Amino acid sequence: MATPSTATPENIVSLDLADQSLREVNGALQEARAGYYRVRNPRGVHALACGLDGPIEVEIDGHAGYYLAGMNKEARVTVQGSAGVGVAENMMSGEVWVQGDASQSAGATAHGGLLVVEGNASARCGISLKGADIVVKGSVGHMSCFMAQAGRLVVLGDAGDSLGDSLYEARLYVRGNVKSLGADCVEKPMRDEHLKELDELLARARCEGVSASEFRRYGSARSLYNFKTDNIGFY
Amino acid sequence: MSDQSNDRIIDQTWGQRLSHSFDPYSIHEIRRAAATGLYRIRGYGAKRVLPTFDDLVFLGASISRYPLEGYREACDTSVTLGTRFAKKPIELKIPITIAGMSFGSLSANAKESLGRGATEVGTSTTTGDGGMTQEERGHSKTLVYQYLPSRYGMNPDDLRRADAIEVVVGQGAKPGGGGMLLGQKITERVAKMRTLPQGIDQRSACRHPDWTGPDDLAIKIQELREITAWEKPIYIKIGAARPYYDTLLAVKAGADVVVVDGMQGATAATQECFIEHVGIPTLAAVKEAVRALKGIDMHRRVQLIVSGGIRSGADVAKALAMGADAVAIGTAALVALGDQDPALEAEYEKLGTRAGAYEDWQAGDDPAGITTQRPELMARLDPEKAGRRLANYLRVLTLELQTLARANGKSHVHNLEPADLRALTIEAAAMAGVPLAGTDWVPGQGGF
Ligand SMILES: Cc1cc2nc3c(=O)[nH]c(=O)nc-3n(C[C@H](O)[C@H](O)[C@H](O)COP(=O)(O)O)c2cc1C
Repeated sequence: MATPSTATPENIVSLDLADQSLREVNGALQEARAGYYRVRNPRGVHALACGLDGPIEVEIDGHAGYYLAGMNKEARVTVQGSAGVGVAENMMSGEVWVQGDASQSAGATAHGGLLVVEGNASARCGISLKGADIVVKGSVGHMSCFMAQAGRLVVLGDAGDSLGDSLYEARLYVRGNVKSLGADCVEKPMRDEHLKELDELLARARCEGVSASEFRRYGSARSLYNFKTDNIGFY
Repeated sequence: MSDQSNDRIIDQTWGQRLSHSFDPYSIHEIRRAAATGLYRIRGYGAKRVLPTFDDLVFLGASISRYPLEGYREACDTSVTLGTRFAKKPIELKIPITIAGMSFGSLSANAKESLGRGATEVGTSTTTGDGGMTQEERGHSKTLVYQYLPSRYGMNPDDLRRADAIEVVVGQGAKPGGGGMLLGQKITERVAKMRTLPQGIDQRSACRHPDWTGPDDLAIKIQELREITAWEKPIYIKIGAARPYYDTLLAVKAGADVVVVDGMQGATAATQECFIEHVGIPTLAAVKEAVRALKGIDMHRRVQLIVSGGIRSGADVAKALAMGADAVAIGTAALVALGDQDPALEAEYEKLGTRAGAYEDWQAGDDPAGITTQRPELMARLDPEKAGRRLANYLRVLTLELQTLARANGKSHVHNLEPADLRALTIEAAAMAGVPLAGTDWVPGQGGF
């Protein structure tokens, strides 16, 4: 379950997409700088709760479409269902929790904050990641963390083909099997500092009973950082 | 195009000639590739001969069309961009904008100069791959913020302080190619803005990370609008690959403005084979984009910006006559700032080039201080002076544009129309959809 909320029944603001437009709902959430909001009847709508700009809590009562909580700053958004393509894309800070599964490109280009997926995430999870942390409790699809620049991806299940292709400085931790590693992505030793940061991440994502020692670490071999004709096979 | 000099007999005894196919440039490139194992990367746009706006002429006034008096009868040049959905469309005094050029490829001083020059004459500048700098935001009254596949430096605060958003699908110099910034230019500041290690050869993605195809793009645009409260105009920039279909799809996806960049369009750094061999010329691209807009009754409702090889007021006027609402310039703006300056000839020579030919914009050694991150070179570019030079140049373009519009009897530059134009070559007639001069023949459309 997501982190405990500060909500009490009296201070929950209820928004309902059955009788309010997306613009009204997003407008209310974007202007808010505090408080707890519950969005009813999301019905898979796209671009919900994007551009949030303050430390509010938002609970989505169902499934969400593309770009849920896109570019999030500071807010903590929980979706009580699954999320479409690009959940928390380009997040700057805050937390996004998906109780179900996430579609492709979860956490794409995110600069900061934490994305937790309780289920599985599809292909390209963490693509071009720029500093955020992503914890997927199930498995991730192919090309995850393609060109990821900074930040961390933690996968409790398995990773699909070409994990970490053309990786820059992001750090990847996978507990299960990795189907294949992408160009320039290699397994690296788990040192104390990695065990420590992973344990912290697991705790933040509430992965009870999971220990950092069960994971392997992957990162960039940095051999493609400067163009060399002898690397032609990789290009 | 054939270069007659290659066919010339160069050996008086045996009559041996240079090969037309294996001309000196081809031989040079084979030898260079063999020696280095690297393909050629450079800046600038296509250098080969292409059909251009020079292949069109205006008819001017005559007995049946009367002209407007120069300097006395007004000829409006203002343009509003983003009238379709945006709550705050952009108002520009002239229909000539500064194209997106990244901080990283350009120095901070160059970005500031562009902002100063553009603002002085009431037009916009555009960020680029690498994020928004304070120099640029601070000195540009109207700033378009590019949304690129790399998303370097992308953040909601800059999105909200931009005046418009340009989703970059492609560039004319390299439709289908991503960005490239070689290690020499990845200084600490550039690296930090892009979240990358210093000094690496940085390649930015050619596809967006979280959408593919027109249906996804429509949702992406919806998200950008939601984040910015539907205030900002949203442009979609495409390289001239399939401009007819891409324009239709951009409109369908919800664009307020479509930017079409022809193959002459410059780049900061791309493979030479890409620059010279992918995409179609600007002349052909404008016609196709306008045909698409007219076909769905969206011409002027979705505005069209055209770029790629615009040099003069005549080029601007011809692009507008063909149906563009505005143009964007890259190379010409850099030249106005001081790029290719003959006064730097000695330094160009040291770099193995000369003024006019200098194309190693990727290398970071620009003696004019424009395409560099080296502090000592950058310091040579005085943003105030360079900004004033750009403003002068933009004023001249505007005066030339007005001169041509008045000669054709137009009180607003947007009243220029294809009927004011004739083509000088059959190729240009076919590409631009304008009759060959002296005939009413448009190849493929009949007439004689
Ligand atoms: C130095 C330089 C950097 C550029 N950087 C970008 C960029 O970041 N994003 C982009 O969409 N286009 C970029 N372009 C292309 C321009 O936006 C524009 O399409 C092109 O310069 C227009 O053609 P012109 O140079 O013939 O006027 C760049 C061009 C140059 C010369």
